[in-house]
This record gives sequence, C-alpha cells and structure tokens, in this order.
Amino acid sequence: MDSSNRPAGGAGVPRSAATGERSEVILRVNGTTYTLAVDHRATLLDVLRERLDLTGAKKGCDHGQCGACTVLVDGRRANSCLLLAVAQDGRRLTTVEGLADGLRLHPLQEAFLARDALQCGYCTPGQICSALGAIREAADGFPSYVTPDDARSGAPVELTDDEIRERMSGNLCRCGAYPRIVEAVGDVRGAAATGDAADTGSRGAGEAS
Amino acid sequence: MKPFGYVRAGSVAHAVQVAAERPGARFLGGGTNLVDLMKLGVESPPLLIDVSRLPLDRIEELPDGGLRIGAMVRNSDLAAAPAVRDRYPVLSQAVLSGASGQLRNTATTGGNLLQRTRCLYFQDVTKPCNKRAPGTGCPAREGAHRDLAVLGHSEHCVATQPSDLAVALAALDATVHLHGPDGERGVPVTTFHRLPGDRPDRDTVIRTGELITAVELPPALPGLHMRYRKARDRSSFAFALVSVAAVLAVRDGAVRHAALAYGGLAHRPWRARAAEAVLHGASATEDTFARAADAELAAARPLRDNGFKVALARGLTVGVLADLAARA
Ligand SMILES: Cc1cc2nc3c(=O)[nH]c(=O)nc-3n(C[C@H](O)[C@H](O)[C@H](O)COP(=O)(O)OP(=O)(O)OC[C@H]3O[C@@H](n4cnc5c(N)ncnc54)[C@H](O)[C@@H]3O)c2cc1C
Ligand code: SF4
Ligand code: FES
Ligand code: FES
Repeated sequence: MDSSNRPAGGAGVPRSAATGERSEVILRVNGTTYTLAVDHRATLLDVLRERLDLTGAKKGCDHGQCGACTVLVDGRRANSCLLLAVAQDGRRLTTVEGLADGLRLHPLQEAFLARDALQCGYCTPGQICSALGAIREAADGFPSYVTPDDARSGAPVELTDDEIRERMSGNLCRCGAYPRIVEAVGDVRGAAATGDAADTGSRGAGEAS
Repeated sequence: MKPFGYVRAGSVAHAVQVAAERPGARFLGGGTNLVDLMKLGVESPPLLIDVSRLPLDRIEELPDGGLRIGAMVRNSDLAAAPAVRDRYPVLSQAVLSGASGQLRNTATTGGNLLQRTRCLYFQDVTKPCNKRAPGTGCPAREGAHRDLAVLGHSEHCVATQPSDLAVALAALDATVHLHGPDGERGVPVTTFHRLPGDRPDRDTVIRTGELITAVELPPALPGLHMRYRKARDRSSFAFALVSVAAVLAVRDGAVRHAALAYGGLAHRPWRARAAEAVLHGASATEDTFARAADAELAAARPLRDNGFKVALARGLTVGVLADLAARA
C-alpha cells in the first residue's frame, strides 16, 4: 500500500491533472490521513477496500441502489460506490471501522447485536453508517418525505418507525431483516435525541482529527 | 471505464473555459448519475471538470421576494431549507420523494435537472437506442416501455425524464440560469427540457459547454396551496410511474390560480396548460378537477403496456387538487 501518514497540509488545493489519468489525493479516513495516487476511475469504495484494507463498506450493486457501500463524508452519509476517490480529496471520511471507540462498540452496533438485526450481515455496515447519518439528519432538522407538513422547519424531527423506514429506504437487506433493523435504530434514537449515544460514538470515530 | 483526465474548477469562468477547450468534457456535480453512466459505458468523457466545490451552494433571497438556488446546493439541503419548506413546500416534497437519503446528500440541483432517462435500453450499450446512439432505432417502442411516455413522444424515442425536482420547478415557473462560452442566459424550466422529436439525443436546450449556475423561483404569492404526489412501484426509493406537482389558490369556492405539472408521463416535466385552462375561474369541485385532468390527458397516446398511466394520472390529479381545495 502506497499510503502514508503525512499530515493533510495540502488538502483542498486544486491539483490540475487534466491530461493525466491519476492524481495524488489526501483522504482522511477514520482519523487517519492517507496520501495516495489514485486512478481517476477508482471509486471511493474500491480505494477503501482494495488500497486501504477497509473492507467494512460492501459492494452490493455498485450503482447506488442498495446502500451496502454507505460511508459518511464530512459527517453525512453517501454511497461510496458512486463517489470518485479523486473528488474526495481532503474530505473527512468515516467507515464502519471508525465507529467503535477501541473495544467499546458504537451504540448502533450494540443495538444491532442486541436486536439480532441481521442474518448474513452483508448489508449491516451500510445499514449502521446510514442509520448514524439518518439519526443526525433528523436531529439537525432535515425532513423526510413522511415528515408531517405542519412540522416546524429546522426543528429536530422525531424518529417514528415510519420516519426510520422512510429514511432507511436507501439500504436494502436481501435477508429481509427490516423489522429488527427498524427496532435497532429505534433503540438509539432516544439516546440521540438527548445528545447522547450517536454523538459520542461518532466523536470516537476520530472525526475531529 | 475508459481512462479520463480530472480537473477541479476554481471558478465558474474556469469551468466554462476548460469545457470550451476540451470537446466531450463533462462537468462533475455529485456524480450520482454521471459516474453510474460511466460505469455502464454510456458516458466516456475524456475529461471530468469537477464543479462540485464551486461556491454555488447557497440559497439566497431575491429582491422581488423570490429565491435563488445555487446549482451546487445538495438535494437534501434544498429540501430542508426553511425558505423552501415554508414557501415552496411542493419543491421540498418533490426532492424528498426522489432517490435515497444517501443520494440526496450527494446530488446537486444542477445535476438533478440533467440526469438522463432510466430507459433500460439507454443504459445498456449492447442494445440499439436513438438517444444514446442516434439512428440505431428505439427498441422500447415494441419492447419494455411500461415505465415510459404516454405524452409528447415520437417515433424516435418514448423515454421519460426522471427528475422529480424538475416537475416541481415546472409548476413553480422557475428559471434555469446558464453560464457558457457566449455569456449568461436564463431559460424557463418548462422549456429547458425538450420533447424528443427527431433529436432524442438532446434532453434539454443546454448548449455544449454551458454550466448551470442557479435556479430562480418567482415569489410565492400568499394564499397558494401546493403539494407533490408520486405514484410508484414501492412506497419509497423508486422513480415515479406518474407524479404531479400541484399549486392551487381558491377564493369563494372558485379556482383563482392553478399550476399543474406531471412527471413520468413525458420526455420533459409536462406542464398541464389545458387542465389549467379548465380550472381557472371554475368551481373548486372534484367534477371540475376530473374535467381538467381529462382535458389534459386527451392528448395521451399510450403504448402497449403503459395505458395504466393515464388512469393513474387522472386519479392523482383529482386526489391532490381535492386535498388542496379542502385546505383552502
Ligand atoms: C438508485 C437511484 C435512484 C434514484 N431515484 C431517483 C428518483 O426517484 N427521483 C429523482 O428525481 N432522481 C432519482 N435518482 C437520480 C438522482 O436524483 C440523480 O442522479 C442526481 O440528482 C444527479 O445529480 P448529481 O449532482 O449527482 O449529477 P451528476 O451525476 O454529477 O451529473 C449529471 C449530469 O449533469 C451534468 N452536470 C452536473 N452538474 C452540472 C452543472 N452545474 N451544469 C451543467 N451540467 C452539469 C453532468 O455532466 C452530467 O451529465 C436516483 C438515482 C439513483 C442512483
Ligand atoms: S425510448 Fe428513447 S432512450 Fe429508450 S430505447 Fe428508445 S430511443 Fe433509447
Ligand atoms: S454498492 Fe453502493 S449502493 Fe449498492
Ligand atoms: S442481513 Fe443479509 S443482506 Fe441484510
């Protein structure tokens, strides 16, 4: 692996590579800074898995349809299979590997275990990263298609089961563990509303690096 | 995927200049459609001009009471903006009805408007398709066209425009702002997307090298009620079979203002002028709403497997207008 832990001094500086096929990028993943040359065609998902050995994010469809590749980019969830790695230069990235604080699992990971919210587990890293993003979005006042019309703009949205289902619809589970996934996310929403669990865990993710 | 160059635009002028110098170059917004199409081999640009970090990511008040939405505003930020939710709820609802939370966090306003059709043949480079490879034919006409057009299609292409955002913008009389080698111009959203005619390869009237910089909304008049309703094969994370964006004002039982646009029916968001003509001044009853829908849908020419869309559009129209009238 041609990655190193050099500090992200030049992050965000446009590097013109209009004619070349590769560019050097700085990726800040789970608090570690990697400087590496990437083929412009490489997706973030492929770079995470094949260059950085972070195989938590999974390749399900490779077309934005299943959510198995979900990671957080600058704190917001995204499908890493549709992101070009070269375009993520300087971004703060969190994968499922970055959620636990040492041996202490993230509350969402605990909840998925406690609720047995998986069968094969292939979709689970994406589900958990997506749930973390969804909980934050609701707390930050982002509405969903099922948020009532009369909800006050900008106010935190209460994560009812309907809200969880709608907000998690970008994550498919071929094993059909949906009822338990909704329960697991529901277990954490209360804690999140009081500024507890999801927040603490994500700070443990090294995002403040 | 074929190898390509990558350059990050430092300014609008820089982006437009590089695009003018490199034929075939593509602007990269969120990439949620472009990267997908590059993987499929449908797009193979020699150069990507990354415009996603341009400072066009703000929503600003206009002096006339309207709103200017920067082209790089992410779909989720657009849907959440209080000015949009409070004054143009149909726009917020349309955006939230599309794609997934992950995709909306990445997708940009400009890229959303320019997303390509989801016609299966268009996405499959082993198949003929007049839109992707002009002159090769349109297998959808006799093949898989259940999701495709019933209005305004041509013998050359029966594709539908997939953006939910565009449908709401059409009902709101928004304007697309473009910056190109020949300067700046504004185009009404209702004429931005084209009908296929004999040039289905051209989705919109955008010229080579033009960058979308913003979308502007006219002021939302007081007393307007609006809603987006979308019928699809599953209740979330699916493209529209039919959708309708409706804006209605009723006074003393009569329709004072009505704007309707359909998604999923045509190659562009379909502004329903014939229906609006029936609605204006008429009593706000279900009977009027049904007559309005029928007036518009009389022009429908369904294909073998998509006739259901006509009945679906009629039902959606009556339902959504009745709901809005009940609130008025
Ligand atoms: C699984 C899936 C489900 C989806 N479901 C829906 C849905 O239900 N409803 C819906 O509306 N959409 C849906 N989408 C589509 C999604 O909304 C679009 O992919 C997205 O909005 C495109 O925005 P982007 O910024 O990622 O565009 P990009 O992929 O970056 O760009 C799209 C096109 O626009 C060009 N472009 C980008 N920005 C500009 C600009 N500023 N000026 C000029 N040209 C520009 C690019 O060159 C490219 O040709 C879905 C997508 C996926 C993958
Ligand atoms: S409908 Fe249009 S996009 Fe689909 S195959 Fe025919 S020409 Fe191609
Ligand atoms: S692998 Fe990215 S959404 Fe399926
Ligand atoms: S647990 Fe198997 S795909 Fe979700």
